[in-house]
Amino acid sequence: MIKLQGKTVFAGIAIGPAAVLEKKDSPVKREHVDNVEAELLRLEQARERVLLELAELYERALSQVGESGAEVFGVHQMMLEDEDYSGSIKNIIESEKVNAEYAAAVTGDNFSEMFESMDDEYMKARAADIKDITERLIKTLSGKKSSVETGDVASVIIAEDLTPGETVQLDKSKVLAFVAWYGSTNSCAAILARTLNVPALIGVDYPEDIDKKPVIVDGNEGALYIDPDEETIKKYESLKEAEKAKKQMLAELKGKPTETRGGRRIKLYANIGGVSDVAYALQNDAEGIGLFRSEFLYLSKEDYPDEEEQFQVYKIVLQNMAGKKVIIRTLDIGADKKIDYFKLDEEENPAMGFRAIRICLEMPEIFKTQLRAIFRAGVYGNAAVMYPMIISVEELREIKSIVEEVKAELSEQGIPFKPDIEQGIMIETPAAVMISDLLAKEADFFSIGTNDLTQYTLAIDRQNSKIDRFYDPHHEAVLRMIETVVKNAHAEGIWAGICGELGADVSLTERFVEMGVDELSVSPTFILPIRKIIRNIE
Amino acid sequence: MVKFNYVITDEVGIHARPAGLLVKAAQQLSGKVTVTKGEKSGDAKKIFSLMGLCVKKGDEVTVTVEGENEAAEAQSLEQFFKENL
Repeated sequence: MIKLQGKTVFAGIAIGPAAVLEKKDSPVKREHVDNVEAELLRLEQARERVLLELAELYERALSQVGESGAEVFGVHQMMLEDEDYSGSIKNIIESEKVNAEYAAAVTGDNFSEMFESMDDEYMKARAADIKDITERLIKTLSGKKSSVETGDVASVIIAEDLTPGETVQLDKSKVLAFVAWYGSTNSCAAILARTLNVPALIGVDYPEDIDKKPVIVDGNEGALYIDPDEETIKKYESLKEAEKAKKQMLAELKGKPTETRGGRRIKLYANIGGVSDVAYALQNDAEGIGLFRSEFLYLSKEDYPDEEEQFQVYKIVLQNMAGKKVIIRTLDIGADKKIDYFKLDEEENPAMGFRAIRICLEMPEIFKTQLRAIFRAGVYGNAAVMYPMIISVEELREIKSIVEEVKAELSEQGIPFKPDIEQGIMIETPAAVMISDLLAKEADFFSIGTNDLTQYTLAIDRQNSKIDRFYDPHHEAVLRMIETVVKNAHAEGIWAGICGELGADVSLTERFVEMGVDELSVSPTFILPIRKIIRNIE
Repeated sequence: MVKFNYVITDEVGIHARPAGLLVKAAQQLSGKVTVTKGEKSGDAKKIFSLMGLCVKKGDEVTVTVEGENEAAEAQSLEQFFKENL
């Protein structure tokens, strides 16, 4: 068995024989031509034919994968019609008195090199488009038909590079997965693979004798197994089964309300850490976003993200969630999440140190920038904001007065914003639990962060594996705390949810529902399994 | 010659798809349309010339229209930029 590592373009698992796509492109020869006029005419006729072929492919892709997948062929037509491109081919034919195939090959190389040298991944990937149209043109000129054979058995398609043209021409019922050596996650072939919903890998340096051998594509880990042993096959067959079962569950539970048999409705939201997770949340039928960790905006940067940048990100998420609740948690760094440009000191005990809301209250300018972005973005959907690591009522009052300042500034500047965004707090310290009756009078909702709450309640550092045996995630102390928080929230007429890992613990779901928890926010994968459990509770 | 400046707000900038749209729009016009970013400029009627500018979100470009009907054409093109880029 050989295991090769590549990069995932589309997740999923496929098991089957490998089929190497033969690309019979013979090298282009340089030939002298006497009759330049005739050669130019030949070029013109070939170009017309390829344009027709592309128009056909466009129609075909449109019916197979829809407009976003088909557009690439529209762009290809435009590239082929481009005066600079065809002008260059003509110019080479005229000045060097050479055959059109050669002139096209040289032009294609020059243009694709120009894109490859660009300082932008997306533009670099466009070099493949130019190669694709050039190859098509050369094949038409030399009278060869461009076609791809998949054989009769459903196979894992293996190729050096998949051009979008080839991807569309493949018989879809025979494709289990795509594996390619070249290509990028931005390439058109990758986009098509995603649209077709088959696992796809790129950057796999496969051996030449792979054809017809049994392979496994693990699109989740980006791995390709050649000649897998029995144990591996078994493992992947059961993973595939699980995937199938999950898909089935998705089909059954999607769109169904999350409510108990008795008709009690629970809000089932998703935790996300960035814009790209939104699609995943929606696919799994999240009813909202219960925890939008805003740290990624800061972590991926060299300097503080500005208001506009943050505003755009929040806006996109709100628009994509189309009216569903999106709870944005303000900056929660410190402890295990360090950012260089904040220039935080090394601390003896960072978990109890300068972090989260403490940083925001000490550095109000950073906090205000984020709040401005959130309140502005609020116009585009159903936003809420929540503050991490609260330990006192005073903190919450201080935050609220900063929020009032921000709102006053925005209205003075005539910038549109949503004034009545719900403001909640995270309950993740024992202190907040003990005074949750008081906090409930000031906050619009509670979201219990069980990871930190457990750590602080049990005095157990989760990073220290030496004390694992003392750590009990179902410790009665933590469960009672959650119960207290929910009771105090309801007494003041606000809702309480759980957004920590415990929220996704299916062995506790029933207990949480009994306690009166109103909302569970979990990683997208857990949404449907939890919905299933809740729908079976009496 | 009529000019206008525009800051790209589209997430992907003037890449293949938006570039295609712009080329189509520019080809409808009778005047010569030039897009300038920094020191580089490209012909808006030619897709490679346009994509070669590598225009990204947040970049400011200057669009120049030259021709008999330049004022009206620049105006409609500016509208196109606002709606699509």
